[in-house]
Amino acid sequence: MTIKLGVPSKGRLMEKTFDWFGERGVTLSRTGSEREYSGAVDGVDGVELVLLSAGEIPRELAAGRIDLGVTGTDLVREKLVQWDQKVEPLAELGFGFADLIIAVPACWVDVDTLDDLDAAAAAFRAKHGFRMRIATKYHRLVRDYLRMGGVADYQLVDSQGATEGTIRNLTAEAVADITSTGETLRANHLKILDEPPVLKSQATLFRSRLSDKSDENREIMQTLCNTLGV
Amino acid sequence: MSSLKANSEALRLRAAFEKAGATPVDCAVLQPAETLLDLYGEDIRTRAYVTQDPARGEQMLRPDFTVPVVQMHMADGAEPARYTYSGVVFRRQEENPERDSEYLQTGYEVFDRTDPEAADAEVFAIFAETLGGEGLRAATGDMGILTAAVSSLKTSPQRRAALLRHIWRPRRFRALMDRYSGRSAVPQTRKALLESSDPLDIGVPVIGLRSEVEIADRIEALRADAAEPPISQDQVDMIDEVLKVSETCPYALANLRDIAVDMPEMEQAVDRFARRCDALAARGVNVDTLDFEASYGRTSMEYYDGFVFGFYSEARPDLPPVASGGRYDALTQRLGQGKSIPAVGGVIRPDILLQVREAQS
Repeated sequence: MTIKLGVPSKGRLMEKTFDWFGERGVTLSRTGSEREYSGAVDGVDGVELVLLSAGEIPRELAAGRIDLGVTGTDLVREKLVQWDQKVEPLAELGFGFADLIIAVPACWVDVDTLDDLDAAAAAFRAKHGFRMRIATKYHRLVRDYLRMGGVADYQLVDSQGATEGTIRNLTAEAVADITSTGETLRANHLKILDEPPVLKSQATLFRSRLSDKSDENREIMQTLCNTLGV
Repeated sequence: MSSLKANSEALRLRAAFEKAGATPVDCAVLQPAETLLDLYGEDIRTRAYVTQDPARGEQMLRPDFTVPVVQMHMADGAEPARYTYSGVVFRRQEENPERDSEYLQTGYEVFDRTDPEAADAEVFAIFAETLGGEGLRAATGDMGILTAAVSSLKTSPQRRAALLRHIWRPRRFRALMDRYSGRSAVPQTRKALLESSDPLDIGVPVIGLRSEVEIADRIEALRADAAEPPISQDQVDMIDEVLKVSETCPYALANLRDIAVDMPEMEQAVDRFARRCDALAARGVNVDTLDFEASYGRTSMEYYDGFVFGFYSEARPDLPPVASGGRYDALTQRLGQGKSIPAVGGVIRPDILLQVREAQS
């Protein structure tokens, strides 16, 4: 028997994950050619490396097809309903920091709080005849946040990329997106609302609550966790 | 719970409503999502199933019958009208996956402008009679009372409109009351904005559909609001008093009459409540023991704007209400494209009724 560890399959997130495990005595590596998504784990027996898109890791954890996975808190919370019943965070890895925030045009000098956003949305709807559009790919998180904040008269429009450009292109009035430094937002003449972020996210090691829990797998999991110190 | 049993119970209930004079109607399961989203806002997506149709765009699996029945009536209904329907509705249960995501509703709706309070009483009495002997507790309320109280606040029309807009969101409503009564501090960002002599001159390009004029208009409105005196403590207390009213109808009525002495604009709403009590009594409802809560239905029954009611099992407090309903005049106005008609109605959930019976036997 083996347990499966899902890790982002490319980019800085993969490299930093490899580093994090390496510093704790577990060597992760890619095998085969540059383009082949296969990997190896050294330092602990019985652990198999599965390279996946970070966006698919929450789903695989929730289905129990992988036992452990590294992905962002934002993706877990957006994609999994009742996420805490499906996965358990074991360790925050200290990289991949990103805040999910709401941003509006910097020229909206009258809008800084959710209260302002709500009032502006009401006036916008009265003037333009439709609900103020907020572009995002984080529909569930943003909707919950706006409901808690008492914002009405808005609509979410889906944007899977280049979200900051939607306002200039007149397909949205505000955006809800991930930012780490705010550089892209400023370059697009947007400002972040003066409120706590929708979510503070970072790369996190999650354990599936639903994967196979045979005695042997439990033992492997325990050994791995001891080695990693989580 | 067999759905066959619930089905035959639903048909029995619908037959009872037909006997009371209602015309049976049916509605499509797939409804245009846009209408429902515009009415309820984005939050409806967490409670209803949205699906995509290549030609018709976003469609929603009907979360209730009220909206399509109103649309049907407004399009070609003769007046007055009484309708009954029975069928499955669909609700997403993101927060409570253990709850049913599809269940039956059997409803009775009245569109009649002659005597709204009599229509309220008619609907309640038919539900009370249909559910008589099931050992249920009835609760009633009236959103019109709270609306009238807010409308009578001595403050600017803009503040009253903002409060009315959030009457369904108690937390947001409270936050607004705190701000308008000076109990919460003005945010730093707002202070800075109001102190600035030319707030629009910050050297950033104006982008997006919301124009500079709209921004300037809101700043103007904020300046006017800042000059507005705070809502007095007496007035805040009065709203709290109204929200706290929770007793049997005669005591609630006496209590509200007292409050209305200081709030003469509330009188009409209280008169309507009194007339409804009389109409209920005339229909044989024991008003002396009937509960009235001024805040009833404030969080869960969004489109009701007058009389509201529910029937519950005290033996099974974990279950949703067996029946619920109310008056929704404003909904007909929003859906009527210039027309409107006073409307009141309600639904019974046959599946819940069967579970209650099971618990009692």
